Amino acid sequence: MRYDVAIIGGGVVGCAIARALSRFRLRTILLEKECEVGFGTSKSNSGIIHAGHNGATGTLKGELEWAGNRLWDKLHDELDFGFHRNGELMVAMSPEQVSRLEHFLEQGRKRGVTGLEIWDGDRVRREEPALSTEIVAALAAPTAGVVNPYEVCFSLIENACLNGVELAVGMPVRAIRPMAGGGFDIVTPERLVHARYIVNSAGLFSDEIARMAGAGDYTIRPRKGEEYLLDKRLKGLVTRTIFPCPTPQSKGILVIPTYDGTLMIGPTAGFIDDKNERSTTAAGAEEIFAAVRRFCPGISERDCIAEFAGLRATIEGDDFVIAPSKQKGFINCVGIQSPGLTAAPAIAERIVAILRDEGLEMIENDRFQPRVGKRVRFATLSLEDQVRLAAEDHRFGRIGCRCEQISEREIIDAIHAGARTLDGIKFRTRAGMGRCQGGFCSWRSMQLLSSELGIPMTAVTKRGGNTWIVCERKAKSANEGGDA
Amino acid sequence: MITAEPRHLESRYDVVIAGAGPAGMAAAMGARERGAEKILLIDREREAGGILWQCIHHGFGLIHFGTELTGPEYAQRCLQQVIDGGIDVLTDTYVYDISPERTLKLMSGTQGIKLVDAGAVVLAMGARERTRGAIRIGGERPSGVLTAGLAQKFVNMMGLLPGRRVVILGSGDIGLIMARRLTLEGVEVLGVFEIMPHANGLNRNVVQCLHDFDIPLHLSTTIVDIRGRERVTGVTVAPVDEAFKPDMSRAWDVDCDTVMLSIGLIPENELSRRINLRFDPVTTGPIVSSTMETTANGVFACGNVAHIHDLVDFVSRESLLAGRSAGEFATGKRPPADNIRLMPGDNVTYCVPQTVSSDREHTIYMRVKKPMEECTIKFGDIYSKKLPYVFPAEMVTIKMQAKFLQKFHGDTLRVDVVKRG
Amino acid sequence: MSDQHIYEYLCIGCPLGCHLLVDDTEGDTEGVKVTGWGCKTGKAYGEQEHKDPRRNMATSVRVKGARWGRVPVKTTGTVPKKLVRDVARAVQDIEIEAPIKLGTVVLANVLGTGVDIVATRDMERL
Repeated sequence: MRYDVAIIGGGVVGCAIARALSRFRLRTILLEKECEVGFGTSKSNSGIIHAGHNGATGTLKGELEWAGNRLWDKLHDELDFGFHRNGELMVAMSPEQVSRLEHFLEQGRKRGVTGLEIWDGDRVRREEPALSTEIVAALAAPTAGVVNPYEVCFSLIENACLNGVELAVGMPVRAIRPMAGGGFDIVTPERLVHARYIVNSAGLFSDEIARMAGAGDYTIRPRKGEEYLLDKRLKGLVTRTIFPCPTPQSKGILVIPTYDGTLMIGPTAGFIDDKNERSTTAAGAEEIFAAVRRFCPGISERDCIAEFAGLRATIEGDDFVIAPSKQKGFINCVGIQSPGLTAAPAIAERIVAILRDEGLEMIENDRFQPRVGKRVRFATLSLEDQVRLAAEDHRFGRIGCRCEQISEREIIDAIHAGARTLDGIKFRTRAGMGRCQGGFCSWRSMQLLSSELGIPMTAVTKRGGNTWIVCERKAKSANEGGDA
Repeated sequence: MITAEPRHLESRYDVVIAGAGPAGMAAAMGARERGAEKILLIDREREAGGILWQCIHHGFGLIHFGTELTGPEYAQRCLQQVIDGGIDVLTDTYVYDISPERTLKLMSGTQGIKLVDAGAVVLAMGARERTRGAIRIGGERPSGVLTAGLAQKFVNMMGLLPGRRVVILGSGDIGLIMARRLTLEGVEVLGVFEIMPHANGLNRNVVQCLHDFDIPLHLSTTIVDIRGRERVTGVTVAPVDEAFKPDMSRAWDVDCDTVMLSIGLIPENELSRRINLRFDPVTTGPIVSSTMETTANGVFACGNVAHIHDLVDFVSRESLLAGRSAGEFATGKRPPADNIRLMPGDNVTYCVPQTVSSDREHTIYMRVKKPMEECTIKFGDIYSKKLPYVFPAEMVTIKMQAKFLQKFHGDTLRVDVVKRG
Repeated sequence: MSDQHIYEYLCIGCPLGCHLLVDDTEGDTEGVKVTGWGCKTGKAYGEQEHKDPRRNMATSVRVKGARWGRVPVKTTGTVPKKLVRDVARAVQDIEIEAPIKLGTVVLANVLGTGVDIVATRDMERL
């Protein structure tokens, strides 16, 4: 099969590119090494849509942060993922830090970021009573928002596929061979894919993908961020995302009211060597809780329900690389770390422009359907709608996940929308993401995966590969419990 | 066969009980005893009985039924009483919401979404297990980390094993029972690691579940790291000091594919939080009076919702009382209000109920903070009782007669457990 | 030869877990002296545990046509402690068909112990 474009890497950037390309009459394939999209860096992203004033003037990051920020309302309207603009506060604990706030205010205003204001300490505490009395001022930015980053990936790819993009999961790229007459042969363990153009959005592995094609010599250094998720009981403690005053190295450790009503705190920021290491540490927990308590004293370790770590794909120079390479037809998106999520829709538009410049004919797909079907979130419906739906399908009346109040039908819908694993269900529906962390519902979700997909329970995995959950009583063969 | 679907779901019941485990079933019987006519017992699973169906081991019923039963036998006896008592049992139904006026919103696989008014409500939803997130073990996030209760469901009801080489963190009773269960299923149980200097489960379970099978119990030791990118490949364990700080110089690695957690239960109060109840920060359950009534009028709580029990027999006893009280409430009878608040003092973690009345006898359940031998439990200066020993894992039960309480004239009665001599 | 005559056991007869001391100074297991018990069960347990430890065993067996894949079973009485694993293995491959009534004998006289394996619950046919 010959494709016009092969996108390598199905994180939020790859998915956004796939969806942007689906507006045109192109044969596009997205190759993802994991068993579902968004299962790498995107899944453990903080989910912040940055306000637009963070990235330094003159950098691609700064430009695309603000350009991306403005695209989210339309995307949200079309693609039905969790998003709202909850605003952010960058808080200053000393007069010296206030001058930093002024710098960001100025930087944002120059770029056209709307609504920026500096509040004094009293105003800060009036708006967010849980914040420390030691805060002297804050830069308020109403343009900031939060999304569920994994949901964004799922919605983008669902829509892209609806419009003709082919998704190939569990498809790690092993080699890329530029062909004499143009185009590339892409080698995966299962198939050979030929594409005229390649977009490299392979995140942590984008350096290796570029090198395979002779398309650039980058070194990605993973920078790990641990995050801690707090009980829903704390919902409303703060309503805006709270940033400390940033340092040149990091945006610091934040308090993030997630779209779903939990509080997330973190991330840490430490360079590591291993691109597959995602451990959390006692030191990380200590650092995070101590840091957030300085400006939000009511937060306690006792409220922690889950923790995880994600890796940022950083490169030398620290700015995004979004450009054609010396290998004709091979476009790089390398070093996409924060604010990569915010910028993703703008990155996708830039890739469209680059491909056009590189000679790919872009004819509008007049049958492009910009919307995905609205996903039913049973718990958010009116009583009348709930009564009606449960009467139509008894599986709406049956509870699937109690902690997050997800009906069994929603879990089945998620499987039909592409969930292949317990994490796939969890990140599509939130089933298993609450207080009991799947203790009550995971066996039932496994049964549903088993019956809907026609696979044995022993083939159900947490997130593909060797992440099996249960085995049979009899001696287990070497490769049992493999990817579903 | 043991089913009792209501033919027709009414819009009003005298007593509605959320949860048809041992607590809910006993509460239903209590309500029936006190004259409530229309009683609805609700459970989210497709069969009533609760967690007992998966507790297939012996050790239940000595007190409540006067004979030793397995969990399923206990459940079936209770359920038979419920059915013989003409109580409506509605399974596959989740109580989604409750209002202070005691209107319940039901989400049902058979009835759809329904609103039901209740003369009295009993909260009997049981407990949930603490998870990895609650104790923040560091390390990777592979598959193969699960709670003992989930493992029990897999093994005993579904015939699936959680792994081949298992390490158990925490020595709660479910963990100990599962150590034996997995061993009998041919799984290698490499050891039980307990951060406290003493086992958290009953001594008899240490004997018959660990010693009988030569499974090592490592006290004052905990898991400090979980390894494995996909499936668990191993853990690092380390001894801890008095402040529970791991001594990494004495740490060692254990290769395993599964980490099973038995690190305690938390009262399940998702539903209770929908109304404005007051909670006890120690039990984390609702504060209850001597009739097991919460701070919301006509809303009662019992079993693991109110506090974590170690014996189902006590759950049944406590819940029978809650059900009787709910039945009385629904039929317009109210006993005199409580006039004494119990205050946990030395070496007492909590007392349930939190208040009592001096006009009648009470059973008071309590836990201690630390083990103690040759001690005395003292209720102010009105009553004291000698105990050979107390142990945090074992609930202390005290029968308190009215005549002692009548000697007390204050409003807050302090309860201490002190060393004799 | 060991000089030990006093043996310690923890009673598993009920949740109280009494600490028992068994004295077999006479060297005659029939006539051991048990102290530390809180009830008759404890006294009997001490004597039994000293001369011939026995246990109850519960497991689950495959079931067809029911909601669950397994139905719980137990021994109708105690079996020698050293046979507990063998008893579990002996029932491991049994498969029965729903409906099942509590008390249904799944395997009679397991390993010649005189003890039966019985179902411990009803299970309806779906």
